[in-house]
Amino acid sequence: MTDTRTTPPREAPPGARPAAGRRRGALRTYWPHYLAISPFYVLFLVFGLVPVLFSLYLAFQRWDGIGDMQFVGLRNFEFLVKDSTFWLSLYNTFVIWIMSTVPMLFLALVLAVLLNSKVRFTSVYRIAYFIPNVTSLVAIAIVFGAVFSTNQGLINAILGSLHIGAVPWLSNEWTIKLVIASLITWQWTGYNAILYLAGLQAIPTEMYEAAKIDGAGPVQTFFRITVPQLRPIILFTVVVSTINGMQTFTEPQVLFGGNASINPNSGGPGQAGLTAILYFYREAFSNNDYGYGAAIAWAVFVVILLFTAINWRLVQRRDKGAA
Amino acid sequence: MTATRVKKLALHLALLAGVLVSLFPFYWTAVMATNTTRDMYRTPPKLVFGPELFSNIARVFENIDFMGSLLNTVIVACSTTVLVLFFDSLAAFTFAKYKFPGHRALFGVLLLTFMLPAQLSLIPQFVIMVNIGWVGTVKALIIPAAANAFGIFWMRQYIQGAVPDDLIAAARLDGAGFFRQYWNVALPIIRPGLAFLGIFTFIGAWNDYAWPLIVMTDPSNVTLQVALSQLNTSHNTDFSMVMAGALLAIAPLVVVFAVFARGFVADAMKGALRG
Repeated sequence: MTDTRTTPPREAPPGARPAAGRRRGALRTYWPHYLAISPFYVLFLVFGLVPVLFSLYLAFQRWDGIGDMQFVGLRNFEFLVKDSTFWLSLYNTFVIWIMSTVPMLFLALVLAVLLNSKVRFTSVYRIAYFIPNVTSLVAIAIVFGAVFSTNQGLINAILGSLHIGAVPWLSNEWTIKLVIASLITWQWTGYNAILYLAGLQAIPTEMYEAAKIDGAGPVQTFFRITVPQLRPIILFTVVVSTINGMQTFTEPQVLFGGNASINPNSGGPGQAGLTAILYFYREAFSNNDYGYGAAIAWAVFVVILLFTAINWRLVQRRDKGAA
Repeated sequence: MTATRVKKLALHLALLAGVLVSLFPFYWTAVMATNTTRDMYRTPPKLVFGPELFSNIARVFENIDFMGSLLNTVIVACSTTVLVLFFDSLAAFTFAKYKFPGHRALFGVLLLTFMLPAQLSLIPQFVIMVNIGWVGTVKALIIPAAANAFGIFWMRQYIQGAVPDDLIAAARLDGAGFFRQYWNVALPIIRPGLAFLGIFTFIGAWNDYAWPLIVMTDPSNVTLQVALSQLNTSHNTDFSMVMAGALLAIAPLVVVFAVFARGFVADAMKGALRG
């Protein structure tokens, strides 16, 4: 990455001064440059690095945010390992991730291939597909809640007109996850399709012409040329959707906030929509258990790292096999 | 000839089906927001716009401080965008066009910060906000977001290609200092990049939910997204009113995006490719 940089104009010749004076000299020469880049580093130090280190410290404390901290060693993590609600929240997060990512990336690839076949109005299509991604997640989660509502929902009304009984979408363990997953799929398919389209447009057309001459059909072309050529972008989208998917929070928080009989942070009936970050939010900011909250945050971070690494490996290996 | 025409038609039908799925929730929000809750209990339900939009909106205004939360959101989104554009483009310009001791290491640190997920720092950030007295104020939303690694990284890529080195060298020969080189030479050239970064920063700040939910602890002084969530929690039996609220939260951004987006989506692709 840094190799591609053009040779920049130099402000001053490289210092030939003695080492001790050089640093002060550099500061005197380059202070506008350091000043120019400083806002990000100052903000990161105060609101990024210090908080991360502090949260590592907190994970070994018991603290409600008001009283004194109490060092508890590994007890937060010992509790975490035995905490069935934590494991349930990880399981929920994982299932929702699978239910959303697989159809999302598949549909995105199909849309991108269709968009790439030199039709008219592509810019109109592109905007229409991208709009879900810039839409307020809170608002659209409320809308999805209404569409899937048992009594007033459009889906059940359609099923009713087909003489199919009402489905309690927002109270069954699996349909709760399905609704959350469909919301994520709706919001991110277009975004991924635009990324794939960019990748497709970079594939040289000669490759397709050669395949045609060799008598390859469209399906063969897709799996032998398109998918392997898109490998870096597919890898990117898998990593991004893993990181985003493992941090799903707003969808279940808003969807189950409307039911006054349930704690909005519990993830709905049977806690089927309780994701890991929603559980973190509940422990930290509803129960004010900052120490345990920090422990959950670190555990989720480790899970995200592991899971991203596994997906990275899988995508790379599968493509190696196909190519 | 006819075979290709049929193929083209099938292609457009498939693409239009995708557009339908993408846009239908907006249509349905508008349908629900312009009818009464009773209309939605009917079988079959009403599928077209009704006349109730203004009475539904009036009830939104009765139940939440809509204008207050809208004002907060506008202040947060505008200030964040202006600060991000200035700080990110200035830092990006510096990294793209100058070598100074430690520039490589500093840029590496910037890339590393991508890896830290937000939830790790949420609790301490909240504790910091409590201690400096920013809890419940828009400062807590604006200041931590005033510069970000992604924007600097993206703008640096953009500036490397967009701003010729000769132009900066010429400006320096004319006696322009570092800041004038940024302000008078680079800024006018990088306007399209600023527009792109600006619209996505604005949208992100407008739609942000988790952090405002945590830090805006006074329920009567929140952002639009948090107010909408409150409306949904406390008045969920008045369906059409909640939908009117959702419509009000969605509509401005979708209109802004649809009007200005034509070039931006293409820019996003180029940015992704260059990166």
